[in-house]
Amino acid sequence: MTAVTETAAAAPPASGLMATLRHARHVIGENPVTGLSFGLFALFLIAAAIGPWIVPYDPFESDTAAALQAPSAAHWFGTDQVGRDIFSRVVAATRLDMAIAIFSVALVFVVGGLAGVAAGYFGGWTDRIVGRLADTIMAFPLFVLAMGIVAALGNTVTNIVIATAIVNFPLYARIARSEANIRREAGFVQAARLTGNSEMRTVLTQIVPNILPIMMVQMSLTMGYAILNAAGLSFIGLGVRPPTPEWGIMVAEGAGFIVSGEWWIALFPGLALMLAVFCFNLMGDGLRDIIDPQRRT
Amino acid sequence: MTAVPLLEVKDLTIEFSTRRGIVQAVKDVNLTVPKGEIVGVVGESGSGKSVTSYAVMRILDRVGRIARGTITYTSLDLVGASEPEMRDLRGREMSMIFQNPRLALNPIRKVGRQIEDVLLQHAQADARDVTQKAIDLLEQVRIARPEERYHAYPFELSGGMCQRIVIALALACKPQLLIADEPTTGLDVTTQKAVMDLVVDLVRARGMSAILITHDLGLAAAYCDKVVVMEKGRVVETATAIDIFRAPAAAYTRKLMRATPRPGITLHDLLPEETPARAPAAPHRIGEPLLVVENLVKEYKRQAPPARLATLFGKKVEPPPPFRAVDGISFTVNRGESVGLVGESGCGKSTTSTIVMRLIDASGGRITFDGEEIGALPARGFASHPMRKRIQMVFQDPTESLNPRYTVSRAIADPLLRMGGYKGGARLRDKVAELATMVGFPLDLLDRFPHQLSGGQKARVGIARAIALNPDLVILDEPTAALDVSVQAVVLNLLQHLKETLGMSYLFVSHDLHVVRLLCDRVIVMRQGRIVEEGTAEQVLEAPQADYTKELITAIPHPPV
Repeated sequence: MTAVTETAAAAPPASGLMATLRHARHVIGENPVTGLSFGLFALFLIAAAIGPWIVPYDPFESDTAAALQAPSAAHWFGTDQVGRDIFSRVVAATRLDMAIAIFSVALVFVVGGLAGVAAGYFGGWTDRIVGRLADTIMAFPLFVLAMGIVAALGNTVTNIVIATAIVNFPLYARIARSEANIRREAGFVQAARLTGNSEMRTVLTQIVPNILPIMMVQMSLTMGYAILNAAGLSFIGLGVRPPTPEWGIMVAEGAGFIVSGEWWIALFPGLALMLAVFCFNLMGDGLRDIIDPQRRT
Repeated sequence: MTAVPLLEVKDLTIEFSTRRGIVQAVKDVNLTVPKGEIVGVVGESGSGKSVTSYAVMRILDRVGRIARGTITYTSLDLVGASEPEMRDLRGREMSMIFQNPRLALNPIRKVGRQIEDVLLQHAQADARDVTQKAIDLLEQVRIARPEERYHAYPFELSGGMCQRIVIALALACKPQLLIADEPTTGLDVTTQKAVMDLVVDLVRARGMSAILITHDLGLAAAYCDKVVVMEKGRVVETATAIDIFRAPAAAYTRKLMRATPRPGITLHDLLPEETPARAPAAPHRIGEPLLVVENLVKEYKRQAPPARLATLFGKKVEPPPPFRAVDGISFTVNRGESVGLVGESGCGKSTTSTIVMRLIDASGGRITFDGEEIGALPARGFASHPMRKRIQMVFQDPTESLNPRYTVSRAIADPLLRMGGYKGGARLRDKVAELATMVGFPLDLLDRFPHQLSGGQKARVGIARAIALNPDLVILDEPTAALDVSVQAVVLNLLQHLKETLGMSYLFVSHDLHVVRLLCDRVIVMRQGRIVEEGTAEQVLEAPQADYTKELITAIPHPPV
């Protein structure tokens, strides 16, 4: 007992934002891979925020004289069949791809997470309805379901977001359900009931914050999947339409040219896609470390 | 000590590499286990007693390593032995029993098969006689109807039975050394006695040696030849069991002995000798009845899947009679009184307290609190009832009952914000600080998260939260069961002090009669949902009427004095 007191007293914990930032720095510093993924994420965010203004060429402007040029000093990633600069288009596409991923994941995080928590905490009919809903969604091949939803609702970016959120719903609902369920009878939840918290408050202040870490990891992992899903839909011609710069469409457009030797049209947007998925997957672990108080020593 | 000892540990130092650098968990430990003797290793959590035994078995975590010292088994050097050599020794020469028997058994394999696995693994039997040998082993660990139990799965057996199976597994290959790591900590006292008697009988009959690792000095003294007391990774005393009780040499041993609840002492006797006596409490005032429980019943439906299938085919099947966890009990708690609710696991004491707490609904009976019937109010909406703040609870596990994401001050403030009319700001901060001071919680640790606190500190937070709203009745659900004895001593004294200052009533739920006697005026003994005995604490402990109470009292390990 004394040993614990002594070691803990060595580093007095500060509270609030500063402590969180300090802890974040510690986590990133400890694991270089986490640092790398956060760096990549920052890069993607910058590209999404100011990308269209800093790129060397207008992503929509065609220049038939310079069509199908290989990567060079003038065109870092080369040009496509109508002479648009691929580097500019890859950077400009970040905004749309990131927006689709972030909004769809945020949507499913809130809806699926809350539905799952309610199912796990209240049980009974809530559980049955949420469970059967998730089962129904799981019964379809997910990408085919997403295709069907976009085709039925209409070919817009909003509908891609909704479709991506729907196919991810079972995952979030199930994780949240099982995590809420094991905490339903935990001592601190009982204690919260005793201190006069209503059921709703108990769920929101006791259960939800404690399952956030695991949901965060999930969020990061599905973010990568959401980007792939959106690009995949665009690749087969659903959702975003040309000439809008979007990684999926660009890969689709470039695919036909690979056989004739113009590999760069499809390669660079594909690489951007890969890096984004890679970055989100790595970030998951880092995020959990920041949020989990068990690691905050 | 003339013959070569079976096991000799010399100057053993074990280091763990952690985020904060290297931590020495065990420092220069010397330990000798002669042939045919039982050695007890006693210490509180963090004393390194388990780590030492893991080192002997060479099953330390990957981050732990033996830094110095030697471990010699007969003439074999265990520190330098290779993993295949150790694998051969484990089970055949030395084996181990762990604290949680259910975790040590494979949940989806019949227990008889699991014993057979061990026998076959170490070539103790062949396919023809293995079943018979497994049944023999079950018989030796005194399992009734061994042929039937052979086919049982672990979940079908009680905790005591599971521990017997684990003992059978450990003894299957006739090892020379048995290491028992807190073998009875999760078990009831009567089961503990049966299991310990069994272990000791088997060890003696087979001429084996054993190491008993425990936090309970009484248990070690009752069953061991020699006792080694450890504190913070060091051995502070080694003596025979009789000597250690008659004339403990080390200060730590004396402190540990003082803190162990035993007959004929008062709460203050548990604290270290130098602790100043508090001003004698005002004479006990016991007032009018506060909580009256009448004919309380809690029934649970039994599951009967075959019946459900039969009803599907249109057959009428009588539902099985419901299981009565609480079977018509009545008792009273008066103002300013402490009542102990004692019984072994499954006796319905926790169910009773949870119903009184209004966390679950009763199936029948009346609960009257301060003249108002509260038993009929549904548990779901009770959180918003004005009665809520007058009945509070201290939970069994101080770690589990604190939200890991709340700081200490947030945890203590929670009831004040919800029901105390506090809105935050300086007034709330002052009140939280006042409560923390009352329970002796250091104010500079108020911003910590639970995982940064020790067990005793967490217990204090739980108590502060329970008394925040000046409740009339506090239910204490084994509040010290998860704590070391020295911490338990402090917490019990704190509870008594708070009761005297605040004039609360306690309903103390516990399995430990000695602890109950120290804190309670009256004791209720429960068994299988019914009350078997009720009376003043002295009466019940010194002159028990019911056979069951007598059994409970004799099962508590007594040192050989």
